[in-house]
Amino acid sequence: MSAPIIQLENLVKIYKIGDTEVHALRGVTYQVQAGEFLAIMGPSGSGKSTLMNIIGCLDRPTSGRYFLEGEEVSTFDRDKLARIRNQKVGFVFQTFNLLPRTTALENVELPLLYTSHISSKQRTEMAFRALESVGLKDRAYHKTNQLSGGEQQRIAIARALLNNPSLILADEPTGNLDTKTSTEIMNIFTRLNKEKKITLVMVTHEPDIACYARKRIYIRDGQIIREEQNGEGCEEFEAKESRL
Amino acid sequence: MNILRTTKVALRALGRNKMRSFLTALGIIIGVGAVISMVSIGEGAKKGVEDRFASMGTNLLFVSPGSRQRGGVHTGFGGWNTLKPEDATAIEEQCDSVLYTSPSVSTRAQVVYGNKNWNTSIQGTGRRYPEVRNWEIEQGIYFDESHERSAAKVAVLGSAVKDSLFENEDPIGKVIRIKSIPFRVIGVLKSKGESGGWFNRDDMIAVPYTTVMKRLTGQEYISSIDVQAVSSARTKEAQTQIEELLRIRHKIAPGAEDDFQVRNMAEIAEGAAEATKIMTILLGSIASISLLVGGIGIMNIMLVSVTERIREIGIRMAVGARQKDILLQFLTEAIVLSVLGGLIGVFFGVGLSRLLKYVAIFSQFRSVVSPQSIILAFVFSASVGIFFGFYPARKASRLDPIEALRYE
Repeated sequence: MSAPIIQLENLVKIYKIGDTEVHALRGVTYQVQAGEFLAIMGPSGSGKSTLMNIIGCLDRPTSGRYFLEGEEVSTFDRDKLARIRNQKVGFVFQTFNLLPRTTALENVELPLLYTSHISSKQRTEMAFRALESVGLKDRAYHKTNQLSGGEQQRIAIARALLNNPSLILADEPTGNLDTKTSTEIMNIFTRLNKEKKITLVMVTHEPDIACYARKRIYIRDGQIIREEQNGEGCEEFEAKESRL
Repeated sequence: MNILRTTKVALRALGRNKMRSFLTALGIIIGVGAVISMVSIGEGAKKGVEDRFASMGTNLLFVSPGSRQRGGVHTGFGGWNTLKPEDATAIEEQCDSVLYTSPSVSTRAQVVYGNKNWNTSIQGTGRRYPEVRNWEIEQGIYFDESHERSAAKVAVLGSAVKDSLFENEDPIGKVIRIKSIPFRVIGVLKSKGESGGWFNRDDMIAVPYTTVMKRLTGQEYISSIDVQAVSSARTKEAQTQIEELLRIRHKIAPGAEDDFQVRNMAEIAEGAAEATKIMTILLGSIASISLLVGGIGIMNIMLVSVTERIREIGIRMAVGARQKDILLQFLTEAIVLSVLGGLIGVFFGVGLSRLLKYVAIFSQFRSVVSPQSIILAFVFSASVGIFFGFYPARKASRLDPIEALRYE
């Protein structure tokens, strides 16, 4: 078995708000293998967003070490982290985070603006391919505010896919969507994970959504308290799904 | 991100807020336009002054009374009557680098012809005045030595006076009254043109200086002497000779101060050019203030824009934009705004300086749009963009990606 794609060693994150210190993470050690689909669950304030930000190279831990594909990114500076985000990480957010009044195509192209040595023709080609893989090729020239929530999230997924990242991070990806659209989005994630072997890490607090993942970890007070594998604890939802 | 790509992104971002972008650029448009048109007026005035001096002749010198000391008290320049008509004659006869001289006294008077009257300047001059001042006679003749000697009541009209008093009538031989004294018109001077600036040189009547002294003002001294050197190369020499001669004639002890001063045309032209240059600088710097205000407008809008687009900045950072990329993006937007504004402003300024010709008070200046002023205004506007765009851009690039993404 190859080295894990994500390796967390005793991660600690402390925020200072005025004089008080807030311990968001109190020693998290975990490994994610390439091609895994992991859901992170926990109540708000548990530290799961902090963990997500560190995994996504948006933030650095106060102490502890984080290896992404063998590189110790916890020591990187802002610009190096930006490069890692650009090359290796794709983000999908609860609020979609697309540029307003901008076409779907331009939104999808965005990561390539910060990648050198790519011509604008190549860029458009790659963006079209990504849009095709989420079934929105015909929406390329629509402005984002003319699209439905489900479509917007699919565009966000296409954007995340653009640089062929090793890792896609989804932060409550279905939080703003109805059940039917949520299912669509989760099916896309599942397909990407199975067919393209993309590693997926998703934060959610909806148990049914978390059950799409093959592994689930539960976080409370900055520590991992439980890990579940496969169908464990999901019997109820699987039954419901088969009814649909 | 390369420059072309960054510029495209900036243009697209500015295009999303067309009205706002236009109003922001308007500050720069007006600023650059003001700089160009004001500087062109200044340059035009400078050129006008230069032309006027050139038309007077470069081999011209002026002798005027200087300061005189009496009991330790200095009077100002021209504050003492020290020049006599004989000085003029002596200069003409004894200085070999001097061709002609013309004593000069002047007064103002009401001039009457028939039922028309006109208030104008009466120039008492020598008979060589037309040669010395490089001024041609349009009609009739100028007065001669016998007129000078007898303080004859003869007059040569400037073209403006001729037009006011005689219109289309032939003035030669007609009698006009200056301070109720009848004068016979013997000639008309050719028009020097109105382009001179502050006063109209054609609005005058020339009479023998002796006539002014004896019949009009009763003074014994003359106010200045116009001197024509043999050539413009010998003006310096003429100046020295005149100074030496007058010191002897006025019995000025060695080491004592002159009671007269000799200036040549080149010096006076230089002084006038200096004055118009100062005017140009003044106009230009006042106009620059509006460019500065335009720059502050850019900074203001860029700050608003950064705050409005914090989320966008967060997204861009999340997908891999480095601090440098964000800085460059916002800086480029500011520069594109100011450069576009600068370009439009150049056209606006050139158009404005053309239009100013039709405005009465500016029409006497031929406004000159110099390439330097265009380049200066353009470079200045681009620097305004860099200067005022930098702070907002840096603010944008320093944002924390996590907070920016979460910003509502």
